[in-house]
Amino acid sequence: MTVKQLSVFAENRPGRISAITGFIGDAGINIRAISVADTKDFGIMRLIVDNTEKAMKVLQANNCTVTLTNVIAVTANDTPGGMAKIMETLYKDNISVEYMYSAFINPSKNTACLILRVDNNDAAVTALEEAGFALVSEAELLEI
Amino acid sequence: MAKYWNEKVECMSREDMIELQNEKLVKQVRHVWDNVPYYKKLMEEKGVTPDDIKSIDDLYKLPFLKKDDLRECYPYGLLAVPLKDCVRIQSTSGTTGKRVVAFYTQNDIDLWEDCCARAITAAGGTSEDVVQVAYGYGLFTGGAGIHGGSHKVGCLTLPMSSGNTERQIQFMRDLNATILCCTPSYAAYIGETLRDMGYTPDDISLKAGIFGAEPWTEEMRQEIEKSLGIKAYDIYGLTETSGPGVSFECSEQTGMHINEDHFIAEIIDPDTGEVLPEGSKGELVFTSLDKEAFPLLRYRTRDICVLTRGKCSCGRTLVKMTKPMGRSDDMLIIKGVNVFPSQIETVLLKDFGAAPNYQIVVDRVGTTDTFEIKVELSDNMVSDTIKSVEALEKKLSADIQQILGIRAKITLCEPKSIPRSEGKAVRVIDKRKVYNV
Repeated sequence: MTVKQLSVFAENRPGRISAITGFIGDAGINIRAISVADTKDFGIMRLIVDNTEKAMKVLQANNCTVTLTNVIAVTANDTPGGMAKIMETLYKDNISVEYMYSAFINPSKNTACLILRVDNNDAAVTALEEAGFALVSEAELLEI
Repeated sequence: MAKYWNEKVECMSREDMIELQNEKLVKQVRHVWDNVPYYKKLMEEKGVTPDDIKSIDDLYKLPFLKKDDLRECYPYGLLAVPLKDCVRIQSTSGTTGKRVVAFYTQNDIDLWEDCCARAITAAGGTSEDVVQVAYGYGLFTGGAGIHGGSHKVGCLTLPMSSGNTERQIQFMRDLNATILCCTPSYAAYIGETLRDMGYTPDDISLKAGIFGAEPWTEEMRQEIEKSLGIKAYDIYGLTETSGPGVSFECSEQTGMHINEDHFIAEIIDPDTGEVLPEGSKGELVFTSLDKEAFPLLRYRTRDICVLTRGKCSCGRTLVKMTKPMGRSDDMLIIKGVNVFPSQIETVLLKDFGAAPNYQIVVDRVGTTDTFEIKVELSDNMVSDTIKSVEALEKKLSADIQQILGIRAKITLCEPKSIPRSEGKAVRVIDKRKVYNV
């Protein structure tokens, strides 16, 4: 069970993040999670939205370079060690985390939603489910 | 001090020079016809035979040779002597498609070095001088040609090659170099480094410099002359015709005398191929009269310049060409290296499968050329991780360096971010002012 993430290439110059988020907002699309990875010359903006297909079209129409990636949305207990348990589970199964960030939305008051990009989605999904973690589906993301 | 290396030729009357050229041209056309099937075919296609060429007045009847012909004939197709008679090759940088490999017999080498000896003598060089050769050695003609010419004149020759500027200055000081030979941009850089090391022109013994292999302006000349305390002379040549020394500057510094006993120069309209009258601006075309191994007839240099045949205060009667004022093709000279935009396209095509929109931006910061390639990304080129984008940048950079021999800064851009001019992509932005126009 994975969710779709949009990655947008952005040159490192003023106004780019403003423009990209603006395209999405103007189209009535809501951002559920976001992270920006940056280097000296460029950045990659990763987005999880409530209408991926529409967002993709809107961004492409505005000359953005967009790629689609399947990532995992997992809920962790919002208590000390909640995060560590997820990482430990993945590590034990030899799964590498490329990057991760937290979402704006949470299924409940006592949980936090993490977005994980790993080197092997299938293995990670199995490992996390077997360890009893709740994964968030695309449909669930829309409802929260 | 000898003023000329070969006074008889350099100060020859026009009549005698024409007679000499007539005689050599007839022989050379026969040599090419007999030994280079490729050019023979070009002549046949134009309906010309060696019998039609009786003097230089008939030169216009001969077909042109273009860079494309050289590519088609790579590597041996224009060779006019058995390979066993060749003793050397020199080559330009570039991919196989763009690379020029020129062959030389021992006579060809002697002729070339003799041309360079004339240039060194015109710059005031004698056997008393110490010549520091800071042109690159190796396949590049710069180092080899001047090195040989310096030997001929009997100068003490310092075969430094380019680079390691502090060492250049140390040798210059310790061994009292009097003549520096390198690209003008490197000369300017040596001048800057000299100052940065706390020296003035009084701390070195240089009196002259012979600079070529790339376009440079009068402003640059003045800057170099001041920073090194020298008189700076221009020298011109191309691998196709031998290398530096096809023409050289004298003390008057108002153009370069072409060694007409070896090379006939014409100016043509680059669009029609029509020969233009003296004093017209157009594309320079060379016919080599004495070369044995690689005798190019009517080779189009793509350099735009003007020929003048006035009396020169130095006493030489050899026709003078202006510094190149531009190109009739899209070749750029960056850090002394010939760069064609199509070479960059080749790399992009190879790395991406389809060539994206790109733009080459060349500038000069201080005395150093900067070289940037902007590449517009499309959706299938990047993924969601930084490392994948950086890997792409690195691969492009390495492939460009592999093909051109120089490093370029790769800048990945968003789609449609490179401005188009009337819908047409602008491939090259050259912010340098390297041509005197």
